[in-house]
Amino acid sequence: MIYLTRKCEFSASHYYYNPAFTAEENQRIFGKCANLNGHGHNYTLEVTVKGEVDPRTGFVVDLKELKEILIREVLEALDHRHLNKEVPEFATAIPTTENLAIAIWNRLERKLNVAKLHRVRVYELPDLFVDFYGEP
Amino acid sequence: MKAHLTRRYIFSASHRLHSDELSEEQNHATYGKCNNPYGHGHNYALEVTVSGQVNPQTGMVCDLADLDETVRREVLERFDHENLNVRQEFASAVPTTENLSAAIFNILQQNFTTAHLEKVRLEETMMNSFEYSG
Repeated sequence: MIYLTRKCEFSASHYYYNPAFTAEENQRIFGKCANLNGHGHNYTLEVTVKGEVDPRTGFVVDLKELKEILIREVLEALDHRHLNKEVPEFATAIPTTENLAIAIWNRLERKLNVAKLHRVRVYELPDLFVDFYGEP
Repeated sequence: MKAHLTRRYIFSASHRLHSDELSEEQNHATYGKCNNPYGHGHNYALEVTVSGQVNPQTGMVCDLADLDETVRREVLERFDHENLNVRQEFASAVPTTENLSAAIFNILQQNFTTAHLEKVRLEETMMNSFEYSG
C-alpha cells in the first residue's frame, strides 16, 4: 500500500455564528470569529489517497486526474468564496475547519474513483490544522 | 463525525544530556556535543493533536481557547525559557526530546479532558522530531 499526498491552497471568508445561540453565547463560544462581517484565511489542503502501485505505470494514481477532481470539486467551490453564503454545506453547519475537512472529504469521496481517499488535512493557519479520515 | 485537530506551539529551553549512570567517557560517547557541561538550548515546536466528535452546534471538536489556555498554563509556563535539567520532571530522567514528549503528553492528559489526547509531536530542530501517543 502506498500513500500519495497532493497539496493545494485556497482562500475564503467565513464567520462562526449559530442562530440557536444568543448573541452573548455566540460571542463567548466563537469569540472574534462571531463577527458577522466575516474574516478570511489562506487555507492549505492536503489530500492523501492510498492504493497499490500500478505495475504498468508505477503510479498509485494519475496526478492529472486527481488535480482535475480537486480543482472541479473543491477549489472552484471554495476558492475566493464566502463559505457561509456560497457553499451549500454551510447553509446550516458552522464553517469551522473541522466541518470544512468533512465537507471536502464528502465532495472528494463521491467523485474520486481513481484511488481510495485516506485523509483530508486542512490548515486554517500554519499552527492549526484538522485531519479527517472519514470516521463516523 | 470524528475529526483530529492539531495545534502548534513554540517554546525555547536549555538542557544537557547526561546520565549519572554512565561514566564520563560513556556520556560523551552517547550524547556527544549534547553532553557539554554548560548545556545548550533549542526552539522547540510542539504539536498537540486531540480528537473527538464534531459538536453539531458549534462545529468544533473542542474549544480551541481551552486547549490554548491549558497548554500555556501547563506546558509553556513550565518549560519556556527554563533549564529542563533543573525541572522536577527531569530529576531522574535525562531531558531528551523523547522524555520531554512523554512528559508533555502525561501533563496534558491529566489536565485537558474536553477532548481525547491523541498525540504529542515535538520538533527539537528542523531536522528531528519525536511523537508520543501514550
